[in-house]
Amino acid sequence: MNLFCVGLSHHTANVETREIFSANREADCVLRDAGCAEALVLTTCNRVEVYGASQNPVATPDVARCLSRKIDIDHSAFYRHENADCVQHLFRVASGLDSMVVGETEVLGQAKKAYESARACGSAGPFLHRLFQRAFRAAKEVRSQTEITRGAVSVGSVAVDLAAKIFGDLSRCKVLVVGAGENAERTARALSSRGVVDLRVSNRSPERARDLAANVGGTAVPFEDWPEQFRKIDILITSTSAEAPLLTPAQFESTLRERIDRPLFVIDIGVPRNVDPRVNEMNGVYLYDIDSLQSVAEQARATRLQHIAAAEKIIAEHVASFEETLARGLEWRARNIAHPQMRIAEQGS
Amino acid sequence: MDRQLLILSTFCYLAAVVRTIVALRAHTFQQSRFNFFAIAAGFILQSAFLYLRGHAEHRCPLTNLFEVFIFLAWSVALIYMLVGPAYRLSLMGAFTAPLVVILQVFALLAPIDVPHAAKMPADPWLEFHASISMIAYGAFALACIAGAMYLVQDRQLKTHQIRSIFYHLPPLSDLFAAITRLLWLGFILYTLGLASGFFVGGPLPRLQIICAVGVWILYGAILQGRYSRWFAPRRIAALCIFGFAAALTLLWGITFSAQIH
Repeated sequence: MNLFCVGLSHHTANVETREIFSANREADCVLRDAGCAEALVLTTCNRVEVYGASQNPVATPDVARCLSRKIDIDHSAFYRHENADCVQHLFRVASGLDSMVVGETEVLGQAKKAYESARACGSAGPFLHRLFQRAFRAAKEVRSQTEITRGAVSVGSVAVDLAAKIFGDLSRCKVLVVGAGENAERTARALSSRGVVDLRVSNRSPERARDLAANVGGTAVPFEDWPEQFRKIDILITSTSAEAPLLTPAQFESTLRERIDRPLFVIDIGVPRNVDPRVNEMNGVYLYDIDSLQSVAEQARATRLQHIAAAEKIIAEHVASFEETLARGLEWRARNIAHPQMRIAEQGS
Repeated sequence: MDRQLLILSTFCYLAAVVRTIVALRAHTFQQSRFNFFAIAAGFILQSAFLYLRGHAEHRCPLTNLFEVFIFLAWSVALIYMLVGPAYRLSLMGAFTAPLVVILQVFALLAPIDVPHAAKMPADPWLEFHASISMIAYGAFALACIAGAMYLVQDRQLKTHQIRSIFYHLPPLSDLFAAITRLLWLGFILYTLGLASGFFVGGPLPRLQIICAVGVWILYGAILQGRYSRWFAPRRIAALCIFGFAAALTLLWGITFSAQIH
């Protein structure tokens, strides 16, 4: 029995090409009918891959055709891995090592979903069952024994992670967004997705404030009122195009005196900066500008890269162990098919 | 026999320390129950030691500096096991174990296990006073540990230098809530201990009373500062560390004055 993987990903194809092949949701069943003993299709935003087990080789163009309903397709973007390479590839994919953002964990959930779906339609048999179960184990081990998934790597998620480390439960946090730039919107959305419900938006243009408030599920606040709102909030996101800082230590002082036991997280995404950097020296204020957020993301990215070698080592061990188990299983099967009397004797003893 | 139990107990705590250091250095620290079980094993052995000592002396084993240190280490572990899992402070065990190891190694190595020369008759009020005060010290020690964790987390957030430990430490608000609760727990227990001291049969040394009242005022002031908003959380965290260091020094004074009394 040969194990193979045929597919295309962000490494080999652009999004337009990937879209063509991600439409056929029943491809695994189709492939089974086309001669594969077992087949499974893994589709994510960055990849479309077929994992299969067959007695006879299945050509790459045939697999590509099963993935697309189009007749004339270009299959030059497809790659192919067989047996040990296929096993290693899947383990790397499930562990997030082959992802666009190294260490992302979403792909593991997508692989589990793909496996469940293939099992439900009967296209995943004992080979793919063993292969995927081992892939999930390997991914779990990589996740727990290395820091490959540690830390956020985008500005929005870094801000959310930091907020969670300051306040714990974000659902009770009050957030004020001053300015309605794209980055502010992205950060506000990220906070909202992590449970923030009290979101206020203030902008020189009331229409733009209302639009952004509607987009992120918040309420618009008149621009003249934001200094008053500032006293009541826990997280401040500033993203205005003001030339001079909107907030200086002197402005913070009176507010901080009233809220000495409550920290204040200030995310200054404006360029030029909207908040005087000296504010970070004040007790209970945590000020992050765009550079410091990017630097935290960069630290996380560097940590992830440092752990690639350790992750690859874990994967190599799992590949070797899986190969051994598979070889033993095949040997046992061959022996029992060739000498059925031995199996009877073994069962008798 | 009793010292051997103590040595074994120290090894249990040491196992928790070594495991944490190795895991943190290899960047593979995971929340697991190992630390809790290692500390629990150490705690059981400490309890056995205190039981044997108490049985031999027919009183609460707080008769010399050695026993005071061991009782203090036992109290720290007791409070950790009571509050650690409840506050889900995953790294608290990693910070607690080194403190207990330091206390026990010092007690075992220093020549302080000297039997009390003047054998006073056992007084239940004195034993209650001493033991409840030591348990209060355990709560103050845990507040000190939570304070250290707060300062580590605060520093990383302020300097924008996010290290591996950042992801394992609890949020600042949770740590501050834990500090407040531990300060209250310690303060209430200490007040009980202090009040029970007035019911002790014989008169207590003046230095001992002054030191004990000094510790009570110190922690009372920290709590007052917290609720009157005199101090920011970072200052309170630092005061918890300073307070415990001062209380430990005064405890030495109290024990010393009791020994020469």
